[in-house]
Amino acid sequence: MSIARFWRETPRRYNLGGSKCSICSTVYFPPRSVCPTCTHHRRSIGKMQPLQLCGDGEVFSFSIVQDAAEGFEMQVPYVLALVKTVEGPMLTGQIVDVDPAEVKIGMPVHAMFRKLREEGRAGVIHYGYKFAPSTAEDRRPHRGGSHEPSPMAEPPGRSRASA
Amino acid sequence: MEAGIVSYGAYVPRYRITPTEIGKVWGVDGAGMGQGLNVHRKSVPAPDEDTITISTEALRTALIRGAIDPQEIGALYVGSESHPYAVKPTATVVAQAVGATPNLTAADFEFACKAGTAAIQTCLGLVESRMVRYGVAIGSDTSQGAPGDALEYSASAGGAAFVIGRERVICSLRKTLSYTTDTPDFWRREGERYPSHGGRFTGEPAYFRHVTECGRRLMEDVGSTPRDYAHVVFHQPNGKFPQRVGKQMGFTEEQMRHGLVTPYIGNTYSGAALIGLANVLDYAQPHERILMVGYGSGAGSDAFDFETTEEIARFDRGYGRPVQDYLDHGIELPYAVYAKFRGKIHMGGG
Repeated sequence: MSIARFWRETPRRYNLGGSKCSICSTVYFPPRSVCPTCTHHRRSIGKMQPLQLCGDGEVFSFSIVQDAAEGFEMQVPYVLALVKTVEGPMLTGQIVDVDPAEVKIGMPVHAMFRKLREEGRAGVIHYGYKFAPSTAEDRRPHRGGSHEPSPMAEPPGRSRASA
Repeated sequence: MEAGIVSYGAYVPRYRITPTEIGKVWGVDGAGMGQGLNVHRKSVPAPDEDTITISTEALRTALIRGAIDPQEIGALYVGSESHPYAVKPTATVVAQAVGATPNLTAADFEFACKAGTAAIQTCLGLVESRMVRYGVAIGSDTSQGAPGDALEYSASAGGAAFVIGRERVICSLRKTLSYTTDTPDFWRREGERYPSHGGRFTGEPAYFRHVTECGRRLMEDVGSTPRDYAHVVFHQPNGKFPQRVGKQMGFTEEQMRHGLVTPYIGNTYSGAALIGLANVLDYAQPHERILMVGYGSGAGSDAFDFETTEEIARFDRGYGRPVQDYLDHGIELPYAVYAKFRGKIHMGGG
């Protein structure tokens, strides 16, 4: 991945920067500039608010990877999971700090800041979110049943949405 | 001074290895080595962890605990001797990852194991002079010793972050001073993978002289005695040195109890004294005095006379894992997996 492309994605990879439709309250990650849920899509233009996901969620489904992608050889076997966040969006991410045999569907997890990959020994290091099993102490105190996501600080530079 | 610690957080990787397991590989009595060093196990970073990720996790905990708006951080310094880049700051990635950019100053500090305490002093100066509202000082490392070297039994990974400010101070600073000389006890040359050290020279003329002189001068300066402190924290390259220096200076085991974490997680270098301080703050009650004396090879010591305030009783210590959790729990690794995680296995290629 080019340096520029990764740099543009920093707000979402570092800080789980998504967006929320101020009409129907649906949350999106990656962020969207139009809400596909609203009946009249055009009404949502200009009404999508930046929003930072809190990082809490649960394992929706997962796979144990034995045949690693390039750059992940040292971590085999590792767990790649679909994580259903408390705000709604489903994220794909690695589950770390756990024996793969202990990962279960429905397991509570929280986002961690980790190295995603290195461009060789001399190249740039890419960082972003992964997930780890949660204990009670890991849950954000202001995020209980009546969770209200906090607005995200304005990201530096442009953020390009991608599927 | 009105400045002090407003919030704090610590982070230690989940993996552990014991001296016994390390000793088995090198034909050494590892259990005896661990006993001699007073190190029962040490933390090991996962392959995707480094000083940047450890610093970020520690600071995120601190910001949530203190309900601090990251945009109010005016300075952020990361002290470490294992910055992932030789050129490109750790501090910029950490600042971005906590949402503190772009209106702040940031830099990396290096002074062996006391870069984190030097960062606290810098932040105290900036806050006291009202140049910034909040300053962040982090001490964090993923250091390692050469395979088979005595350092391999203790060198570990972890870090702690402290938010320094003037409002809602949970632990105020009464006095700080330093003691610095040119003492070549431990070093790592540019481009070298593992550090070198002067063996027994790291003891008396280095660690013990600097820590005792610095601590003694601070107590003389403020007119205190060891009995005035509820807690004392020393830099802890192993579990033995701080116990010995504490006794020499007249402190009891009870005063040292919460500040001594190396026996359970190893020597986290720039994080060592700071994780000890974080553990003390996890237990501290209002109006308790804390003496902390850091040490960095090369060499120097920074001493701090802190006192907790009423605010610590209202402070949210419930969020994030307490340091005790890191001391008690971990996932134990065999040496082969540890060697793989720490990049000690030559994989061929370039």
